[in-house]
Amino acid sequence: MTWLLHLLFAPGFFSSAPVRLALLTGGVAALVSGAVGAFTVLRGQSYAGHALADISVTGGSGSYLLGISPLLGFAGTGVLAAGVMDMIGIRRPRGRDLATGIVRGAGLGIAALLLYWDTTHTAAAGAAVTILFGSMFTLSPTVVPLVIACGAVALAIVVVLYRPLLLSSVSADLAAARGIRVRAVGLACLLAIALAVSLSALTVGTILSTALLVGPAAIALRITRRPGLATVTAALIGVAVTWVGIVLAYDSFTWPPQHDGWPVSFFVVALTFTGYLLAQLTGRRPDRGRGSARRAAGRPGGQSAREPAPLAAATPGTSAPAGR
Amino acid sequence: MFQPFMMNAWVVATIVAVVAGVVGFFVVMRGSAFVADAVPQGAFAGAAGASLIGVSTLVGLGVFALAGALVIGWLGRRGRHDVATALTLVLMLGLGALFLSFTTQYSSEIFALLFGEILGISSSEILPIAAGAVVCIVAIMAMYRPLLLSSLAPESGAARGVKASRMELLFLLVVAVATSMTLPVVGALLIFSLMIGPPAAARSLTSSPLRAMALSVVIAVALAWVSVAASYQTNWPVGFFVGVGGAVCYAGGRGWSAWSAARRPAAAPA
Amino acid sequence: MTMTSATPAVLDRAADVLAVDGLSVRLGGRDVLRDVGFRIGAGEFVGLIGSNGAGKTTLLKVILGLVAPTAGTVSVCGQPRAARKGLVGYVPQKIQLDPDMPVRARDLVGLGLDGHRFGLPLPGRGKRQQVDEMLRAVDAERFADERVGNLSGGEQQRVMIAHALISSPRLLLLDEPLANLDLRSAQEIIALLARVCAQRGVSVLISAHEMNPLLPVMDSVVYLAGGRAASGTTAEVVRSEVLSELYGHHVDVIRVHGRILVVAGTGDGLDIPAESGAAACSPTSGQSPAAGESVASGYPLGELGEQVGHGQSLSHEPPPEPVPGALPGAQGDPS
Repeated sequence: MTWLLHLLFAPGFFSSAPVRLALLTGGVAALVSGAVGAFTVLRGQSYAGHALADISVTGGSGSYLLGISPLLGFAGTGVLAAGVMDMIGIRRPRGRDLATGIVRGAGLGIAALLLYWDTTHTAAAGAAVTILFGSMFTLSPTVVPLVIACGAVALAIVVVLYRPLLLSSVSADLAAARGIRVRAVGLACLLAIALAVSLSALTVGTILSTALLVGPAAIALRITRRPGLATVTAALIGVAVTWVGIVLAYDSFTWPPQHDGWPVSFFVVALTFTGYLLAQLTGRRPDRGRGSARRAAGRPGGQSAREPAPLAAATPGTSAPAGR
Repeated sequence: MFQPFMMNAWVVATIVAVVAGVVGFFVVMRGSAFVADAVPQGAFAGAAGASLIGVSTLVGLGVFALAGALVIGWLGRRGRHDVATALTLVLMLGLGALFLSFTTQYSSEIFALLFGEILGISSSEILPIAAGAVVCIVAIMAMYRPLLLSSLAPESGAARGVKASRMELLFLLVVAVATSMTLPVVGALLIFSLMIGPPAAARSLTSSPLRAMALSVVIAVALAWVSVAASYQTNWPVGFFVGVGGAVCYAGGRGWSAWSAARRPAAAPA
Repeated sequence: MTMTSATPAVLDRAADVLAVDGLSVRLGGRDVLRDVGFRIGAGEFVGLIGSNGAGKTTLLKVILGLVAPTAGTVSVCGQPRAARKGLVGYVPQKIQLDPDMPVRARDLVGLGLDGHRFGLPLPGRGKRQQVDEMLRAVDAERFADERVGNLSGGEQQRVMIAHALISSPRLLLLDEPLANLDLRSAQEIIALLARVCAQRGVSVLISAHEMNPLLPVMDSVVYLAGGRAASGTTAEVVRSEVLSELYGHHVDVIRVHGRILVVAGTGDGLDIPAESGAAACSPTSGQSPAAGESVASGYPLGELGEQVGHGQSLSHEPPPEPVPGALPGAQGDPS
């Protein structure tokens, strides 16, 4: 049995302090991202999540200039950007994507400037790399309280607003009719996404934090249709993927070509994508003909809910299923 | 700023802007913002991989851009479109991260690939960029009517023999080519702003599709020129000016729409 | 049989514009259409009536050649599927248009003429005249230069009709065009359709879940229920015996002030929806049937799913599964 452990875990794994820190911060980040991600996918806001991640590059680069913790930079700009996106606030998916892209472009433009200043004014030469690709193994323990605080806030938003969030993701009109402030709930969701993304930006980098946000959630939603279960499953899958990624990254220190280790962010992303692919290929098609209750509601029975869409085959752009 | 060594930058900037205006017009019309954003970022991984194995960067860009477009199209049909795009994008970026970790000197190269380095374009690179531009523009103009029909009324198009899935694929391929050739100039992260800011502004100014496309090109070229000039003067990255400039275009367009809507008397009911 | 673009008077009256025989379509494990057969002659105006899920859209798709039948044949003007493209015009249920899209009504109509052609769009004087003439015919001249996204539902409908008719098809299919319109706009569109299509000798097959607005202009009706169809004139088809047989349970047909009401139920206040919906009516429901409007909303508002279904019926997308506690999955798989 021990030979198996030796095979899987390179020597020194369990006793290494950076590894333990990585497991903790990575785990928290993945947990939060997975849970928040379930709603992101439900609301069709994967792009917004990605944009927020990219925009937090601005915050990260700014943090080097200002000498503050990168997580604060990420979270700060993330929250700010969420507010701006909400303000531009368009509900139609097409217009929303356009606005999201524009905000992202502006944010990245500013990031470009800040990174340029980073490299010329400060000594943080590898700032770009750290921000973009994460620094899971080089975190300092002082970041832990902040990580836990951000994670707690994001999870709190999801837990407290669970029902209004779910309802307004399904049908904004219905939620409004019930007295839910759809706009406020939407903003809260964006904030949760911003925080989740900041956390994963710290560990796997801004560019790849979308993987932790969207991947586990997408896989979970393939496995189950119940939203509560999906949220929990997504969080668990996220943690699993991250921890396995950490193990592999640690093991890879002896691998070619550099013998310097493959980036942990790569493993996390690769595992997530593989999981998604597997879920796609083996997952069920949307279920059909389940119960006459559905037929009573006048739904075009067994045929998949793409009924209006197949005439147009692939719908252009991202406005496909959500339509909200 | 018109010295010989800068001429390359001006020429390339103009070519890139024209392509961005033409292709971007349809990106905005079809609401393909996310996809058009994802493909260039994925292409970045190709560039990283290409430099690793010693192949031309443009080839690496092109291969990954095309592969990304195809995978997104395939996965998008099987599941949710936005999730498919996000994950494919991130996978390619992850591969890029991997490739980059294999090389030793990468900091400035990443920066250039991500944010653009227009001032360093050599004359030998102009030809492939121009060739790619011609291919894209000709393709878009040849597909103009079916693509427009399929974007507006896909079912009607399907009834006339214009399959929406085929047009989507063709369009994605054009986006892939357009972004891979423009990427070295403005950078993976910002080519997108050049593609959506100007058309978003143009659509507010005119209601005719052909005129809107022409206007997109004009605004894109203006934005590109201003960005190059400003970058030269301040030494700041071109991407900064393009990103912020794109947002200004968009905001200007929306402001104009709001202002002229407020001035126009209410239309008579049907 | 060779097709000429002659006026109806010259066409052989016996030649059917549309002939459907023994059509069965099986999709996703379900028999959507079973042994459907009917004919449409030149210049006829036919209503395709059935509630949501009855198979109307599927039938239209088969006629367009987009879905292959499991059994049976469909021929348009005697031509097989491959040669059908220019003969059938199609007006989809709705098109997704933002108000800021730079496309005018005349552009959309123009696309109806040459939207399928690759190659550079060269401006032609003839094309502009054709577009103008078509716009005039559907009374859309006054908003010809407006953005399509800015038009009202009824105005958009006219533009889409012009778009479909400009290529001179022999058969025009409309997929629930009246669904999003108020009563007055619906009546205007129907009158317009009848007029324009009669002028051009185009046969019309219009699907709807409410037949009353169509009564003044319909030549015959194809009534779909339970995957099967009954076709003929309104008097022949819309009768208790015929419809009861189609639905598989007792159904009453009531005629009130020239309007027709199809009612299921035992009459003691219980709501028993007919197969899937539009034909159900409870005597205690708030909707007044005499208004001729759809009575589909007579459902008890119970579970989340049905509530959502009710709330979303205005946008005419299929209601999500009313399975409590589970994710409404009607919008396609979430991943």
